[in-house]
Amino acid sequence: MPETTVERVIRVIAKTQHYDAAKTAAITPSSTFEELGIDSLDGIQIVFALENEFDVSIPDDAAKSIRGIADITEGIGKLLAEKG
Amino acid sequence: MNRRVVVTGVGVYCACGKSRNEFWDALAAGRSAIGALEGFPQVRFAHAAQIRGHDAGAHFTAKEIDLLDLFAQYALIAAAEAVADCGIEWSEALRESTGVITGSCVGGKNTEDTSFRELYEDKRTRFHPMIIPRTMANAGASMIGMRYGLTGASFTASTACSSANHAIAQALWMIRQGQLEMAIAGGSEAPFTLGHLKAWEGLRVVSPDTCRPFCADRKGMILGEGAAMLVLEPLDAALARGAGIYAELAGAGMSADAHHITQPSTEGAAKAMRLALRDAGLEAKQVGYVNAHGTGTSANDPVEASAIRAVFPDGVAVSSTKSMHGHALGAAGAIEAVATVLALHNGLLPPTANFTVRDAACDIDAIANEARHSQVEAAISSSFAFGGLNAVLAFRCL
Repeated sequence: MPETTVERVIRVIAKTQHYDAAKTAAITPSSTFEELGIDSLDGIQIVFALENEFDVSIPDDAAKSIRGIADITEGIGKLLAEKG
Repeated sequence: MNRRVVVTGVGVYCACGKSRNEFWDALAAGRSAIGALEGFPQVRFAHAAQIRGHDAGAHFTAKEIDLLDLFAQYALIAAAEAVADCGIEWSEALRESTGVITGSCVGGKNTEDTSFRELYEDKRTRFHPMIIPRTMANAGASMIGMRYGLTGASFTASTACSSANHAIAQALWMIRQGQLEMAIAGGSEAPFTLGHLKAWEGLRVVSPDTCRPFCADRKGMILGEGAAMLVLEPLDAALARGAGIYAELAGAGMSADAHHITQPSTEGAAKAMRLALRDAGLEAKQVGYVNAHGTGTSANDPVEASAIRAVFPDGVAVSSTKSMHGHALGAAGAIEAVATVLALHNGLLPPTANFTVRDAACDIDAIANEARHSQVEAAISSSFAFGGLNAVLAFRCL
């Protein structure tokens, strides 16, 4: 089965944050950055990695409003739909 | 307030050694770390004093490395050794009055070079968000301060090859005047990137073989890299806590040539040396060793030698340890300050390695190839930067 968007998002976050397997397994589709201990500096590195992963351009406003996996998955979904 | 300031901890990470002991062993043996330049076949010169086998993972987590250019890694490694060496137990009050004052000439060149290559050559459209904080020249100072929670005055001097000496001098004066109770001062540099090396190639001052300062057959400088940090504190505080003291940082002198952007001046160099002696309350005859700027270029060495003759008419032992650790630019002054401090501490003056025949135009008492056993009373360490900005440190035995 191909990787779903949310699985790709979780993979990118885990890689960017250098999470080990246990910590990666603990990320769920509803995890928030706060729960994961991800600060604003980590956040912009994740945004950069997501742009590369999905080849999309995440606007500054959207990048600032991201609070967790759900926001990202929804936002990436919209950007991918716009791309066609 | 006019307090005496002493060195109670030192840390070094450079081509000669990854600790102060390795470093000193190499210097005491006159062992040069200059070797084949690795990783840059596109550059015309082929020798350098590179740190071999740097293992970032042995010092930092993967997440920390994301934030650290190589020059900041070097700064943190040297600072960790210096802080451990000084045996300090931090109190909140001391953290609030301790500053980190560093020198760096080129900052995060590795990060910059990699990202610019991605932009210009790979046509990448997105830039990693950490390039700015990794590249800024004060990253080393900031990271050291964050690691130890130090909130006193902290900053970075960038005056080319004098950066670290300007930084250490400022730390001295701020402690002397009571604005800081302790400082971690030094410099760090990681200049080995293709773009930067090609720039040095263009200047045509890098030797095709090795670095032999003050010799008739010298062919230029050899680039080095690394970091060195010194822990500085007031003499009374060091005595009160029973700290080991390497030497007193007795004074500093600075001058500007206002003469030429790359050509040195005897007057500017001599002025900085004289001001350092005056600031330290030292007579020239009390100084038994000069750790020279000694780049090994045709321009520097005779000018520096004549400045030394002018300031020390009765003679003084001189060496350039750049012949062993290379010219580490903004870190050079710090590495050489540690060499000078250890020379006083150990009663052994490190030599100029690779020495052949002294240039007649460099009329100095050169310590050639073999270290000289001599317990001198005081020593100076000089840095004379491109741009004509000079800074000299004066150390005294206690």
